[in-house]
Amino acid sequence: MTALLELENLRKHFPVGRTGWPSKAAPSFVHAVDDVSLAVQPGETLGLVGESGCGKSTLVRLITRLLDVTGGKIWFNRRELAEVPARLFARDDDRAHIQMVFQDAGESINPRFTAADAIADPLRRLLGLRGAALRSRIEEAALQCGLPLELLGRFPHQLSGGQRARVGIARAIGTRPRLLILDEPTAALDVSVQVTVLKLLQTLKVDLGLSYIFVSHDLNVVRLLCDRVVVMYLGRIVETGPARAVFETPLHPYTRSLVAAVPRLDGPRPDAPRLVGDPRSPIDPDPNACRFYGRCPVGVARCGTEMPALRDFGGGRDVACHLAEGPG
Amino acid sequence: MMAPTTDVLRVEDLSVAFQTRGGLVRALDRVGFTVGAGQTMALVGESGSGKSVTAYAVMGLLETAGRVTGGRAFLGQTDLLATPPRTMARIRGRRIAMIFQNPRAALNPIRAVGKQIADVLLRHGGATRSNARDRAIEALRAVGIPDPARRAKAYPFELSGGMCQRVMIAIAVAARPDLLIADEPTTGLDVTTQAVVMDLIGAMARGSGMATILITHDLALAAERANRIAVMHAGHMVEEADTATLLARPRHPYTARLIAATPTAAGSLASLQSVPGGLPDLRQADRLHCRYAGRCERRQDACDAVLTMRPAAPGHAVACWNPL
Repeated sequence: MTALLELENLRKHFPVGRTGWPSKAAPSFVHAVDDVSLAVQPGETLGLVGESGCGKSTLVRLITRLLDVTGGKIWFNRRELAEVPARLFARDDDRAHIQMVFQDAGESINPRFTAADAIADPLRRLLGLRGAALRSRIEEAALQCGLPLELLGRFPHQLSGGQRARVGIARAIGTRPRLLILDEPTAALDVSVQVTVLKLLQTLKVDLGLSYIFVSHDLNVVRLLCDRVVVMYLGRIVETGPARAVFETPLHPYTRSLVAAVPRLDGPRPDAPRLVGDPRSPIDPDPNACRFYGRCPVGVARCGTEMPALRDFGGGRDVACHLAEGPG
Repeated sequence: MMAPTTDVLRVEDLSVAFQTRGGLVRALDRVGFTVGAGQTMALVGESGSGKSVTAYAVMGLLETAGRVTGGRAFLGQTDLLATPPRTMARIRGRRIAMIFQNPRAALNPIRAVGKQIADVLLRHGGATRSNARDRAIEALRAVGIPDPARRAKAYPFELSGGMCQRVMIAIAVAARPDLLIADEPTTGLDVTTQAVVMDLIGAMARGSGMATILITHDLALAAERANRIAVMHAGHMVEEADTATLLARPRHPYTARLIAATPTAAGSLASLQSVPGGLPDLRQADRLHCRYAGRCERRQDACDAVLTMRPAAPGHAVACWNPL
């Protein structure tokens, strides 16, 4: 099976501080995404989790080609996209094939656009649809998302949170994308509505043959929707594997703390130390030290002198930790 | 049997209405609960259920369109709702404190955080000009901020969200209040930071016997952190019990629905069920009857009668004419 999306050693470094002439000091860089390789298979949902500042959003903006990469490759549907400059990608044919559902549709939809306008915008710009063809595609997308057609004339503030979320999804699926990136699509919703939206996403994925990248820090939700999960810490992947296995027996100490911090309605929480303190600075990090070293509850001297590489633990699981041992 | 505790706050029949262009919105209708010393009471419900309005009414911080139309809220012997604004200003910050969501927005952006803590200590904490700075640094150290002397000079934008929330906590507990109201204190924070912040609030409460009201939409967070949970729906309190009982044997259909909609560590997506329907329009006349009836599958004719909280078991109250 060929992957729909494959990232090879993707890197994104942002220059900071005194970078321009006449400074003689070497410029510093924020290592937002470092050496990230992953693949998304057709029909698969990949979860991307980690704390704020771990590089999730930068990675998403690289995949959606809103940012130029510093290094590495992005294979989408057997085509290399990293070499297309971000400013040209807006008119690229594959623009319509990679779409995004943003966090909190109430904030991300133009308040002066009706629901129909919001859904129409990418159809006009990317597919050049007009008139009856546009109208029918808008209605098709709305119906697929369970948005009653009589709501299409309303503005975002006249819609409920759940209806707004549906507009955001309809807008993204209108261009018939292959890959949908979901950035915390239910973070702004009450649990009562969240379930409906999650089930809608699950149905759409199957019906339309989509692949998802699901970005969230609500691990309970990630576990419900995702086949596989990638855990990031300070720009690097620290653990990846099938979602259920990763959450049931996390192998990386960071994943363990992350899973243990999730509030649970049922049963006792797994026993793991609290993560105290903040992540280290992402500016020019030591290339020979584990990024988690210093905050890690189990770190040893070796972690400060040798960057752990992702190791294969079988069952599709990879963990970047010197001290990790196989499950069970 | 739980040891008897003294009630720090006792709210009785609290009703609040907002005057809007669309008419009078009865945001709260006869809400009542108590919080004991050292206890944590969680107010849980969807957005628009009246959780925050309850807190703002108790604090005397309702916006001008809002009006308390009935009820009492006793902090010790003092009825806060009958207290003149001038006296309330002395009670707020000293005996009741509040933590808001989005700490970076709640802090003063152009004042160093140490000074903001010192302000509270000077006004409510009995600090003097000469020792306010040192006590502010001490307060920062108490909430686990590393290098507090340097951080005291930082502005909110220089601190992470978790760090800002710790500063808010330091400000809130500076005068050793009897009651802390935490309104969605961890919304927008990472789960790892959330755990640390909630640990801190818990430790502060245990250390001083402070009572806590935790306002949250996250039932799982309430389950983990609160002794008792009160479920709110459309301005009514629909069920109130100790945490374990409420989760194991919910009596109100809405509570049961809410639990069934909350993702768990074991369930699948198919096993989750949404709560059908939406909140009713609160602009209509008195609405003293059940406000969940329109969404409820157990509705019957008796539900048209005026709704009151009734005991379902010792320490377990439910507002339903046809409970589970």
